Amino acid sequence: MKRLFATFCLFVYGVSCLASDNIVVASKNFNESYVLGEIMAQLLELEGYNVTRKFGLGGTLVCYEALVNDEIDLYAEYTGTLEQVILKGNSNSPSLASLNERLTSVNLQVLDSFGFNNTYAMTVKASLAESLGLITISDLSSQSDLAVAFSLEFLNREDGWPGLARTYALPHQPTGIDHGLAYQAIDDGKIDVTDAYSTDGDLKRYGLTVLKDNQDYFPQYLAVPFVNKDLPDEVVEILSRLAGRIDDERMRQLNSEVVIDGKDFSQVAQKFLADEGLGIGKIDENILWSRLAANTLTHLKLTAIALSLGCLFGLPLGVLVFRNPTVSRVTVYVAGLLQTIPSIALLALMIPLFGIGEIPAIIALFLYSILPILRNTITALITIDPLLKSIAEAIGLSRIQQLRYVLIPLALPNILAGIKTAAIISIGTATLAAFIGAGGLGEPIVTGLALNDTNLILQGAIPAAVLAILAELTFEGLERVLVKEHMLRELPQ
Amino acid sequence: MIKFSQVTKSYGDVRVLNNIDISIDAGQTTALVGESGSGKSTLLRVVNGLVRPESGEVSVFGTSLDYTHLPAMRRKMGYAVQGAGLFPHMTVFQNVTLLASLEGWTPEKIQTRYQHLLDLLNLDPIFSDRYPHSLSGGQQQRVSLCRAMMLIPALMLLDEPFSALDPITRDGIHEEFLTLKKAEPRTILLVTHDMSEAAKLSEVVIILQQGEVVQVGSIEQVQRAPVNAYVDQLLTSGPSL
Repeated sequence: MKRLFATFCLFVYGVSCLASDNIVVASKNFNESYVLGEIMAQLLELEGYNVTRKFGLGGTLVCYEALVNDEIDLYAEYTGTLEQVILKGNSNSPSLASLNERLTSVNLQVLDSFGFNNTYAMTVKASLAESLGLITISDLSSQSDLAVAFSLEFLNREDGWPGLARTYALPHQPTGIDHGLAYQAIDDGKIDVTDAYSTDGDLKRYGLTVLKDNQDYFPQYLAVPFVNKDLPDEVVEILSRLAGRIDDERMRQLNSEVVIDGKDFSQVAQKFLADEGLGIGKIDENILWSRLAANTLTHLKLTAIALSLGCLFGLPLGVLVFRNPTVSRVTVYVAGLLQTIPSIALLALMIPLFGIGEIPAIIALFLYSILPILRNTITALITIDPLLKSIAEAIGLSRIQQLRYVLIPLALPNILAGIKTAAIISIGTATLAAFIGAGGLGEPIVTGLALNDTNLILQGAIPAAVLAILAELTFEGLERVLVKEHMLRELPQ
Repeated sequence: MIKFSQVTKSYGDVRVLNNIDISIDAGQTTALVGESGSGKSTLLRVVNGLVRPESGEVSVFGTSLDYTHLPAMRRKMGYAVQGAGLFPHMTVFQNVTLLASLEGWTPEKIQTRYQHLLDLLNLDPIFSDRYPHSLSGGQQQRVSLCRAMMLIPALMLLDEPFSALDPITRDGIHEEFLTLKKAEPRTILLVTHDMSEAAKLSEVVIILQQGEVVQVGSIEQVQRAPVNAYVDQLLTSGPSL
């Protein structure tokens, strides 16, 4: 029955994915990507398109694979990222034509840039820049007494500080600092120069000036709509209306409205479109509770299906192999190996095979649930009192009857404990499923992390914690129903 | 009833049964006596196929043991061991009647047989719904004998069932065992290290020493003429009752 149900669920998802003829707009899991995604989504909705948002996907490769596999139709990408990460090229400022030429083989293309370049930047306090007359990075070379601190990544990347120092002949001895602390340090006057992203909303907040990269050292990261070539021409035309409308300063402004002023990114996008005379977009006015309920339900669905599959697979497998110590050990090792794959990596691995959304998430959660279920089942069956095992055999029970009447009932407390562990791991891991667009309680967490919005994070974290506790209680109840009390005391847990 | 022909079994380098060649007659109680390590329990477990000899043959009920149909064969052999080995998750009633219900007995038939066994072993029906952990050792062992006899087996295999009991309880169960023998005569193979227990409960004694049969006979024969110092020691050093 459970198997039927699971198959049915997979089937429904398969069909619903195929049937969707609306436009799927995605974003990566940082603020700017949400804002650009929402601007494109609202603009398409204004033109009468149905838009499905898959925001907060976990990084470049997830988005790219999803786009290649037609799971999404478009998202905002950066030319430098396309050149280096996706196309593995080495041009510092690739032209859109060159990118598109190389993207033809995967049937993708980039459209004209929104108009800003979000690259590494050298930044100093505006007041200091003014007093020292700093305008370009070259101007730093004569200011050897400035205190310079960089994020560790920038400090060590070959295309970060080492190359920068050579190109501009900079004499400084920079120290490392956590990026999150650098702005506070520069504000407090503890350091004078640090690295930043050129459209970072925090630059506005701390009144920092970006020094001009007059020797074009930093690669260009022009923001572009990155789309499937099969999109209707009209959609491409609509998106092209956004070309050149957002310069660095404008993007810094939009970012800071979300990150610093705490506005919702959909409001920021709406206001932008209105200011640009492109129309008044509609905002999804989902109130807190219905969104919470929907996320919780999705979360429960993901974990419940994955856990059922885990049981359907892990329990019989454990029963099948436990009599053979070698096979048992190998089976547990393999299941353990699955467990060591970092969840986000496993989710990413799922994309080429199963795309994005709920199916790959369920499969990943299923793989994670196998180990605790399998290991507890095998251990529980192996550690049953040998005298009882031998008696079950000697009094004339068949193998199946030994399992049914003696071994499984005796192993049940430990087996249930394994399922409980799997359930709780699944509830936790399912929050990461939002990175591949599966929704659930991870969605507010991922968005909240990207937007630095504690409220949003809590909207995911608290219900997830409550679910974990409820799962614990449910299994305790189940244990009380299925297992005699004296058996719980007698068997080692 | 049981015939061992050239039965040999080793665990690793240790030979626990060496060319056992002996028959056990139907209708009486035969005690397998020996010190620990003599192979007496292993020999018992050869009978119901829990131990498979590496060479030699065992035949039970007139045919050689069919290892492909062990469960059916085992149901004709009641089995009880030291420490009772009752299933902790089943009530007394369930422990005793599990196989009868799997055999498709009617509830009435099960109830009648169950009640009869309780009476034979002086068990209060109040225990029926209790779990084994709430019973004393002696009560557990009585239940275990009930389980062994539920299907009215032609043969009973008892592996030191009374060894772990205190002397007073043991005495009581010994009496019930003798009553039982009278009420339902059958072939019984009883493993014990206690010659006085063998003397009390059995008609024939088979004495094992390091995997070999050293003496066979009635208890009187053995007592009159122990074949060696080992048998002599078994006769004199058994735990006193």
